[in-house]
Amino acid sequence: MKRIRTQVVPDDGVETAVPALEPLLIEIHEKGRAGRHVRGGDDAARAIPAEFARKAPLALPELTEPQVVRHFTHLAQMNYAVDTGMYPLGSCTMKYNPKVNDRVASLPGFADIHPTQPDDTVQGALALLFELERLLAKVTGMDAVTLMPAAGAQAEFTAILMFKAYHAKRGEGAKRRRVIVPDTAHGTNPASAAMCGYEVTTVKSDAHGNIDLAALKTALGDDVVGLMLTNPNTLGLFEERLREVCEAVHAVGGLVYGDGANMNALLGIARPGDLGFDCIHINVHKTFSTPHGAGGPGAGPLCVKTALEPYLPKPRIVRDAEGAYHRDTSGTDRWRGPGLGESIGQIRTFQGNFGVLVRAYTYMRTLGEEGLAEASNDAILAANYLLAQLRDSYEVAFDRPCMHEFVLSASRQKKQGASALDIAKALIDEGFHPPTVYFPLVVSEALMIEPTETEPRETLDAFAAAMIRIADRVKTDPASVKAAPQHAPLARLDEVSAARYPKLKWQRPT
Amino acid sequence: MNNNPYSPHTDADRAAMLKRVGIKSVDELLTAIPKDALRPKLGLPAGLSEIEIQQHLESLATKNRTASSGPFFLGGPVQRRYIPAAVPVLALRGEFLTAYTPYQPEVSQGTLQAMFEYQSLMSELLLMDVVNSSMYEGGSAVAEAAFMAVRATGHKKVVIASDVYYQFRRTLKAYARGPELEIVEVPTAELPSQADGAACLIVQHPDAFGGLVDVRPIVAAAHAVGALAIQVIEPHASALLEPPGALGVDIAVGEGQPLGIPMSYGGPYLGILACRVELVRQMPGRIVGETHDARGTRGFVNTLQTREQHIRREKATSNICTNEAIAAITASVYLALMGPQGLRAAASLSVSRAHELARRLAAVPGCSVAMSGTFLDRFALRAPIGGFDLRWKLLREANIIAGDATLDHYPGRDDLILQCTELTTEADMGALEVAMTRVLADAREKVALR
Repeated sequence: MKRIRTQVVPDDGVETAVPALEPLLIEIHEKGRAGRHVRGGDDAARAIPAEFARKAPLALPELTEPQVVRHFTHLAQMNYAVDTGMYPLGSCTMKYNPKVNDRVASLPGFADIHPTQPDDTVQGALALLFELERLLAKVTGMDAVTLMPAAGAQAEFTAILMFKAYHAKRGEGAKRRRVIVPDTAHGTNPASAAMCGYEVTTVKSDAHGNIDLAALKTALGDDVVGLMLTNPNTLGLFEERLREVCEAVHAVGGLVYGDGANMNALLGIARPGDLGFDCIHINVHKTFSTPHGAGGPGAGPLCVKTALEPYLPKPRIVRDAEGAYHRDTSGTDRWRGPGLGESIGQIRTFQGNFGVLVRAYTYMRTLGEEGLAEASNDAILAANYLLAQLRDSYEVAFDRPCMHEFVLSASRQKKQGASALDIAKALIDEGFHPPTVYFPLVVSEALMIEPTETEPRETLDAFAAAMIRIADRVKTDPASVKAAPQHAPLARLDEVSAARYPKLKWQRPT
Repeated sequence: MNNNPYSPHTDADRAAMLKRVGIKSVDELLTAIPKDALRPKLGLPAGLSEIEIQQHLESLATKNRTASSGPFFLGGPVQRRYIPAAVPVLALRGEFLTAYTPYQPEVSQGTLQAMFEYQSLMSELLLMDVVNSSMYEGGSAVAEAAFMAVRATGHKKVVIASDVYYQFRRTLKAYARGPELEIVEVPTAELPSQADGAACLIVQHPDAFGGLVDVRPIVAAAHAVGALAIQVIEPHASALLEPPGALGVDIAVGEGQPLGIPMSYGGPYLGILACRVELVRQMPGRIVGETHDARGTRGFVNTLQTREQHIRREKATSNICTNEAIAAITASVYLALMGPQGLRAAASLSVSRAHELARRLAAVPGCSVAMSGTFLDRFALRAPIGGFDLRWKLLREANIIAGDATLDHYPGRDDLILQCTELTTEADMGALEVAMTRVLADAREKVALR
């Protein structure tokens, strides 16, 4: 459904035909078009002194509702999504997002309440958050939870701030300045450590895809704040000497942060709290089925051991002797009472991404103990099943049983003339969303595949068949793979010129 | 038998999959896990059917007093505003809602064009050069803006007005623990005197009390010493007030929830972050840019990614990865539907009603409007009873949710901040007026009896 629109080229004012899938809102604007969603207030101008009043034009497009509906419907139709097909992005856990979760989150009793309402008027919301904290503590084997972080990265930042407060409390704040991350870590880990003013030491992986224990021990010292570790790691592998790793960090007085991005492998399989971690975050938008929303929102609850509890952000959610729920411990919604104490404070405007947390709670209660364990079990089985089908066609980065995801290398295909990126684009033509590519950084031409537990076996088979077909095509006709995608809304996009000549907003027609 | 209702696998499927892997049980894949930690009992309740979970959640939801079920004057960064019917219908379509970050632009043009349009719409509203494609919410956007200023200037002193929303100031203080910044809090009028050695001056206009602030002298004071001027904005107010771009502001930040996003007790919301083009390399978060595909068709991609954590790791401008994309798409749909007239009407109605309410409450014996200058769509009310008690009495006696109490949050103030929007009705205002009169009369009577 390709249309041609004319666009004014700003330099010379000449109208040029620019092919576009869908016009921009500004290109369908006509002065005088308007809806009637809200009207009135014409007397307000008197209340605003002239020196404050807007003199700049308010050049928002003027449109009618039918236009807006078609526009965004067309845009939506250009997207690939979990609702449209298999989305095996490694480390992203694109499992099915249940619709009942969305519906309950939009109940007026949840959607139409303000974050600073008195606690007495939001007992249902506080009860839900309190219960969700307890469910998460049980699943992770931790003691206390904050639901405040908006995403995994914000949970990381929160935790490293807490580590900082913990070490400062022991008089070691000045000397502990280094955070250790493995070379397989997500980019958010070193970035979070750097935001806390810390130096980052990267430790390499060993031949089995574990963090190299000897290299770790060399890197450790009494200047270390802690280690940030993803387990299973981003190779989809469970750290084989995890307890020794954690013990080594603890031996020098450091703390172990668990990046819970891959928690979908561990529900009812193992609890991070039993394995040596001092804390772990949960990406509920991965593990607990809340939709990724085209990039967000997520929610990143942080679950900690007792030793870290005093440093958790405030307000906390507490239940009093009468069974009433409150923010903080003062017994009222006034944030007075004990004040901050050792808490790092408030790391976002309000108590958390409540609408997301409602969905996560709903999911956890829907599946229950047995269902959650089955989900992880099936996720691990599905990944190993796909790996078994693909191991002959692609190189396996580290060949041992994987957890919920695995990493292939397209280095063989690269030599034959098509890269991991080309294979990803060819998968689009096969009707699949590509896996994560070029990550983790330790694997050349990486293809990181996470099927999740909600893809039927026939879909897994079809994906494997597509991957094998592409590998065969690379052998005989790599050029055809390099020309993919042919059947997507667009062919490959020119990212280089996008960055070189940034056009970050529309040009208003003059 | 499936314990997970969303599992597609039959027992036969699982058996076939195990066979293909060459194992009898998944446990054979789990040898790296310490035996004593394998398959723990979690102590979670058993799963529920859909009807059971729906009813359970409904029972929790009904324990909350919704904003629509009585007079409501709470506001601030999060406001109860009218959401046109088409907003959730479009923004929450599965193709948007269940997509990931647009890493593969060929199959993500819907997300990418919607984000580009968000950046463009917000840029028109604020008159700023560049808008990123969302931060978590207002408070962390303020903190990230301060971090930008620290990187741009090399100074570690951040000066913020004490009339900025207290939640934003608290968030800034927690964030500042990371790079160990010095945070100086002063009344808005004293910002210019603190500019020396500062990375930035942060002002909110309209301020937390709804008061209008002359931003230009603060911008001038910042620029005179090479500091940046950061303005905390509100989207609806920006339709009526001279926007930050016209005031010479370097970075504009704010909470975007009022743009069609439900209040949802704390989130998800929309952190707005906009800046002058010279600062774009310091910007955190994703930015979408226009380009074309191999056939010459216009398209959109994530761009300027060398600022971001997945490329730059510890040298990135921020750790942000997941953002609030669906909230930005929601704001786009909202602005497209409202248009300039609709946005102005909603903002103007809020102003009219706030001024009407202020007039009526000022006539209640004992009440006064505690504003030194002009205000927009909210104002501080002072009464002989402290703000917390007053709010409590109005709730208990008249089921009125009457605004934010300022004690503990704003130095030297014990008032109630009352917010009006286009949803505030004549009946709401009348109910508050009557209840306020009665509550204050009762209080006087009690004092007299004593």
